Amino acid sequence: MSAAPPETDGPDEGSGGGSDPGPEPGRVVLDARDIDRALTRISHEILERNKGSEGLLLLGIPTRGVHLAQRVAAIMSRVEDVDVPVGSLDVTMYRDDLRLRPARALMHTDIPTQGLDGRTVVLVDDVLFSGRTIRAALDAMNDIGRPEAVQLAVLVDRGHRQLPIRADFVGKNLPTSLVEKVAVRLQESDGHDGVTIR
Amino acid sequence: MRRHLLSAGDLTRDDAQLVLDTAEEMRSLADRPIKKLPALRGRTVVNLFFEDSTRTRISFEAAAKRLSADVINFSAKGSSLSKGESLKDTALTLEAMGADAVVCRHWASGAPHLLAHAGWSRSSVVNAGDGTHEHPTQALLDAFTMTRHLGPLDGRRVAIVGDVLHSRVARSNALLLRTLGAEVTLVAPPTLLPLGIEGWGVETSYDLDAVLPKADVVMMLRVQRERMNAAFFPSVREYSRRYGLDARRMATLQDHAIVMHPGPMIRGMEITADVADSDRSVIVEQVTNGVAVRMAVLYLLLGGSEAAIGGAEDRPSGGGEA
Repeated sequence: MSAAPPETDGPDEGSGGGSDPGPEPGRVVLDARDIDRALTRISHEILERNKGSEGLLLLGIPTRGVHLAQRVAAIMSRVEDVDVPVGSLDVTMYRDDLRLRPARALMHTDIPTQGLDGRTVVLVDDVLFSGRTIRAALDAMNDIGRPEAVQLAVLVDRGHRQLPIRADFVGKNLPTSLVEKVAVRLQESDGHDGVTIR
Repeated sequence: MRRHLLSAGDLTRDDAQLVLDTAEEMRSLADRPIKKLPALRGRTVVNLFFEDSTRTRISFEAAAKRLSADVINFSAKGSSLSKGESLKDTALTLEAMGADAVVCRHWASGAPHLLAHAGWSRSSVVNAGDGTHEHPTQALLDAFTMTRHLGPLDGRRVAIVGDVLHSRVARSNALLLRTLGAEVTLVAPPTLLPLGIEGWGVETSYDLDAVLPKADVVMMLRVQRERMNAAFFPSVREYSRRYGLDARRMATLQDHAIVMHPGPMIRGMEITADVADSDRSVIVEQVTNGVAVRMAVLYLLLGGSEAAIGGAEDRPSGGGEA
């Protein structure tokens, strides 16, 4: 476990300060307009890569990944007038550090009625870090269905992977040191948009 | 450190809410093709039943198996328990087998407390019903079922009707529902209300007809004749007439009110068949919800490095003793 980054690259990232309404301390790396532009580009890239929205399904990892997935779906509907289903996938029980920390509350899993079988699932998360959350998500999906393909979209890739996992769509590549903390704040859960590093 | 669930009174409001929220997620598993979660892989859950119970045991068994735990069923019949082995020796055996949790049903009130606090084993203990004392997971599944139909329970009126004296379900429900902000009225003949009921923080009534029009939930209890060593009412017929729920009484309920029963029910005694099978009855749903709630309890007690709910290890538990 030496030099292992804490397993917080997923839903828990920075959630300790989630109720703090004031501006985050630290350097702002993406403001609200940057986030909007990044998500717009990602939305186009997803449609381009998959030659349209046929068979697409956006699956957010709670909490902020779900908000991001909903925004991507909204952008897709605006630019191409298509209705892409959005779901949420809680990975808590599939985490490899489940036994190392006190029992955690579960988040909401909501699989669209069409299911995952035969679809192209785009996993959406806020920060990609060790890659362990994504591994857990792949395991969780295994118990739900068999997608045709799985792709990964993240708002921020901060590096320091511990597993052979990479993102297909990245809002911003953010070189960080292990001691730095990346905090993603979104209107839906935090009252304002912004990505900070400190 | 907390690790047992012995009394509904051990749960804070936050604890209870966490169980209900977790159970809501667990319930969605029933709609999936693979009804299995990996949370308790490699953990061993022992069902230790000193008293007959089919539905509670299979409910706990299904819950543990859906969480990938290994399940060992240990019942009093056909084991050394029937040869006079003491609770202590049984506990030491289970400890030696590496049980992570012991789900204990016992005819003696307080047996799960003894198992948890006597220092015989390191397992988590879940009270699955002890004598006439408590049955906390039943109260949780009842609260879960009520919440699904009525929303938050603050200010909701719950009537619990029948043999309160012998009912661990009534006691656990009274404790939990008070924690969740509901108003509980226990309705029973004077002979079937326990001593010291003033300390429960609930209303009591001898008159079912007066209580029904205001109730959001009516929970009927079985008359537990196997625990009765004296005459508590003149006849079954008279009991049914005064405290049974029939179609005429059900018609006086508010439109949204639901009818519950922890089972097993005796049709024609505390509840008529047409009421039990009516649209208002959520009795079958209670069974389905039982699995989800027990999954939530087992997950929150065993899923991490320490439990997220339950009573403290080093203080005598059982806030509900009257």
